[in-house]
Parts: sequence; structure tokens; C-alpha cells
Amino acid sequence: MEIKDKIIDENLGWQRINEDVIRSMDAPGKYYWITFAVCIAMVLCAVAAEIYQYRMGMGTVGLNNPHMWDMYIATFVFWIGMSHAGTLLSAILHIIHAQWRKPIYRFAEAMTTFSLMTAGFFPMIHLGRVWNLYWVLPYVSDRGIWPNFRSPLVWDAFAISTYLSASALFLVIGMIPDMAILRDHAKGWRRKAYGILALGWRGDDRQWRVFRKTYMLMACFLIPLAVSVHSIVSSDFAMSIMPGWHVTTFPPYFVAGALYSGCAAIMTLFIILRYFFRMEEYMTLNIMEKTCKLTFAIAMVWSYLNIIEFASTWYGHNTYDKELLINKANGPYAHIFWLMLFCGSVAPFALAFQKLRRHMPTMFAVSLILQLGMFVERWMIVAPTLSMAHNPHQWDVLYGSIIEWAIVFGSFGWFSLLFLVFVKLFPSVSMYEVKELTFHLKHEMEEEKEAAATSSKSKAGAVGKPGLEGA
Amino acid sequence: MSKHRLLAMFKGFDDSLPVLRDIKAGGCAGVSIDDVDYLSPIEHPDIDEILERKVNVQKFTFTGAVFGVTFGFFFLASAQASFLVQPQGGKAVVPFPTNFVLMYEMLIFFGIWTTVFSFLFLAGLLRKRGTLYSEKLTVDQCGIMLEVDEHKLKSVKEYFKKQKSIEIREEAVT
Repeated sequence: MEIKDKIIDENLGWQRINEDVIRSMDAPGKYYWITFAVCIAMVLCAVAAEIYQYRMGMGTVGLNNPHMWDMYIATFVFWIGMSHAGTLLSAILHIIHAQWRKPIYRFAEAMTTFSLMTAGFFPMIHLGRVWNLYWVLPYVSDRGIWPNFRSPLVWDAFAISTYLSASALFLVIGMIPDMAILRDHAKGWRRKAYGILALGWRGDDRQWRVFRKTYMLMACFLIPLAVSVHSIVSSDFAMSIMPGWHVTTFPPYFVAGALYSGCAAIMTLFIILRYFFRMEEYMTLNIMEKTCKLTFAIAMVWSYLNIIEFASTWYGHNTYDKELLINKANGPYAHIFWLMLFCGSVAPFALAFQKLRRHMPTMFAVSLILQLGMFVERWMIVAPTLSMAHNPHQWDVLYGSIIEWAIVFGSFGWFSLLFLVFVKLFPSVSMYEVKELTFHLKHEMEEEKEAAATSSKSKAGAVGKPGLEGA
Repeated sequence: MSKHRLLAMFKGFDDSLPVLRDIKAGGCAGVSIDDVDYLSPIEHPDIDEILERKVNVQKFTFTGAVFGVTFGFFFLASAQASFLVQPQGGKAVVPFPTNFVLMYEMLIFFGIWTTVFSFLFLAGLLRKRGTLYSEKLTVDQCGIMLEVDEHKLKSVKEYFKKQKSIEIREEAVT
């Protein structure tokens, strides 16, 4: 195996792995605090907008017939989608023993949990009457009324709460051995806190064996769960009879879109962590290449599903669906439609070139473009259908009010804030898994060397014995 | 007779694996492989064939998942039964397609939670243990821990010294 093909340098010392990762959790610097302050300002923007909306009513954001859903549901779907790549990719790659996931899965899993925590705000904000949120929960109200179990919105409540708890558990369980490392390394209150989080882990064979099985079983649950979550989110739309939403391919389309935006987000965070925390030796260019290839493959699946959707609408000859499709490409939302196709289907071709895949500034820009594409994709799912549905007298074009944009803007601040806190309190690279990776790589290299030495010896032996060749 | 707990530290997995094999083959008089705990900074599936210990997490998981499905169905059906007093417009009171989706989610929900609880229980986490431990176990060293009777203590320590153990720690078991 040549150095350029290696996922990571197998000669990294284990002590050094601990030190490097723990160093990334040291007291934050100036730029960290500046980013932190910006994030808080963004969140405050959203809080102010929400207070205004709460006092003035949902009419201030233009939510009315026909726009009963709008920016909030689009952003909700975006954040749910973002959550997919972390857990789903971590779980899938874990099951198929893809070694390259090891240095990057931790922050991806954290991203999942934080995305879900961000997404969870939007149904509440969208309700307007936030104090009635508990009505969606499956328990009987004081008026003896249960939620309508036939509604995909109730399925959402079940699916997302299951996904949030499962993803958080997957993250926490996966961090236990690292908590033990931190406990043994830290001092003062941190030692106590990490000691509690390590749950008494000491790394004996029984613990590792049970850990391995548990982690695998959780991964097995998480894959169908993640697929079901986004399928159910797509059902919010597909179960209706609205043009543009009543589409059979919506569940796989949503899952592909979710994976796509999640992968793009992983690329962005990968590059940020690589440079700001000096993780070049762990988040290597080879890992970035593999992530890019995966993103490219998912981008092509997403593009294919788009084409399928357009084709089935076109050849289906449903007047409303067809008119909506034409309007999307040619009407008031046309610039967003073409932006979506450019960002989602054309821009990912940059990932097909090795030179570009190894050029981090380009990849950073591409990852942001892909995420922009995925955000406008969600907008294009929601807005045109509501704007141009069955009754032309109701047609109305909306691009989101400033209140909605402030809340959406704040959600990015909230997500970044959670992530910033996470990287300083918890290891963003899994130390024990990187050690496992170096251990196995080292042994593989030794075995390869031994095999090469044995074969060269046997060749030399065969040459030295006249007559053998003839035999 | 009082017992002592010993922790023999080794430089790494490759140094400690032959010791485990030797103990299993009876190389350390009076010590059975069943009494040995192997401590390591990373997971080593290779030692499973030496220690031959079973894991039963999946049984708990299965039980949790089955409970999730059954509880899910009965919970939903009983909740939906309260709709009997309301007009259903010809729709089923207990709609199976809907319930399949929700039961699927409950299967996963209870399956995951029971898996996690069984992990805590079977891995012996949150349990008070002896204080014998080395912080190097989370860095790069491996350890073999075992309990021995006082009269065997010296010979076992000698054995580990012979096996190039870099440090031996001990505590009395109370």
C-alpha cells in the first residue's frame, strides 16, 4: 500500500492520538469566541423574530390560505435531511466495516443530533400557538381526544422522537470509551464530569465485547429508522392530493436528498475541523476523497430521482401536475428551480475530478453550493405547490417574510452554537477508533511485508533448484 | 483465606496475547482463563477465541423489539377504540396500514432502549468495582487482571515478571 493510498498514517502513536484530540478541546481562542458571539447574535435575531410573530400572529409571516405551510416546513425538512448523513452513514459504514469512517463519524453523529434538535423547533414555531405543541403527542387530552393516528404528522412525531433519542444514544454510547480517556487525562471538575459520563468504563474484554455487539445492533436499527423517518416526512406531502406532492417516488427522493445534504454538511465540517483544529493527520485528503465520491454518487441518485419525477409528471398527463411542473421551470419560481438544478445536479460534477477533490478551498465552496441547492430544493417542494395549486384565483407567490428568514437564519446560528460547544467539551474525533484503525493498518502492512518476503524467498528457492522449473 | 487482585501491565496487545494463550494452556499454575479479565485501550476481537465468553445483548434487543411491536399495537388500538363514539365515515376504527408504520417505529424505539439498558447491565457499567486500575490502559498499554489466593500471589507475580510484564499492581479484595 502506497502512502498516497493510506487512509491515515499507521505509525501515529497512541499517546499522540490522545494528545492531539484532547488539544482540540483546549481553552478556546479568539476566533472561536468571535464565531460564538456571531452565533449567539443569530439566535437572538431568531428569538426577536419569534417574539414578534408570537405577539402579532401568523399573518405577519404571510401564513394563510393557500400558504399554510411555507418557509418553516421547508427548513424543517432541510434540517431533518441534514441529520441523515451522520447517523445513517456512520451506521451503514460501520456495518460494512468501512475503516475510513472512523476519524470522521463522531462529528457527523453530533451533527445528526444537533440537526434534529434544530429541526424540532420548526413545527413549534409553525404552530404559532407553541403552548399547544403537546397536542401532537400520543396521549389523550383533557377533552378525551387522541391525536389522529391516520395523519402523517402524528407519524412524524413518533418517527422523529424515536430518531432523536436513538441518534443521541448512538452518539453517547459510542463516546463512552473516549469519556474514559478524558476522565484519565483531565483534572478538576472535568475529571469528575467525564468520570460520570464514562459510566465506570475500564476497557475490560467483557465491556468491549458487549460494546461491540450493542453498537452493531444499534447501527442495524438506525438504518431502517433513518430511512423511515425521511419517508414519513415525505408522507406529510405525498399523502395529500396536492399537485407536485402526490408522487410515488417522494420517499426515496427525500431519503436521497437527505443523504445528499448531510454528506455536503459533513464535507463542510470536515474542512472546518481539519484547518481550525489542525486535524490534518486524522481528517486526511484520502478520507475527503472517499466522502466526495460518496457525495457524488448520492448526487447522481438524487438527480436521477428528479428526472423520474419530472418524467412521470410529464407522461402522466395530470393537468394540474403538468402545469405546475411547467410553472416551476418557467414561472415565478423559475430562477430558484434552475438554481436548484445547477447546485444539485451540475455543481457536484466538481467532485468527479481528483484534482478538485484534493483542493480544500474548492471543496469547501462546492459543499456550500450543494447545501444551498438542497435548501432551495426543499423550498421548491413546498412553495410552488402552495402558490399554484388547483384554484388559479388563489394563486399567490411568496418568497418568505423577513420574520421567517430571521428565524431560518437563527436556526443556523443555533446549530453552529451547539456544534461549537460540542467540539470544546467532547472529542470530535473518536480516539479509540483511530487507535483501532492504526493498529489494524499496521498489522495489515506487516502481513503484506511478510507475505512479500515469503514469496520472494520461495521464488529464490525455486530458481536455486535446477530441474524444478522443468518439472 | 484472603484474596488479592493483580493487574499485570503489558506494552501492547502483541505482548499480552501470548500470555493469555499461555494461561489458557495452563502455563500459570493455579490460574484459570475464566478468572482473567483482559483490559485494553481498543477492542480486540481476536481474544474472543481465547476467552470464549458469550454476549447476550441480542436476546434483550429481541425482547425489547417484540415488546415494542405488541405494546405499540395494543396502545394504538386501545387509543383508537376511544374513537368508537365518533363518526368514522366508513373508515376502520383500528386502521392497520397506519398502525404498521407506528408499530415499526415502536419496535425500533423499544429495541434500541432495551439494547442500551442491557449494555449497561451486561458490561457491568455503573457498578462499584475495585480501585485497581492504570490510566495507561486508556493510552497504549494492555492489562491482565485476575484474583488469586494469597498463597499463590508470589508465584503468579513471578509468572508475570517472566512474561515481560512492565508493571504489576495489586490490591487486597475486601
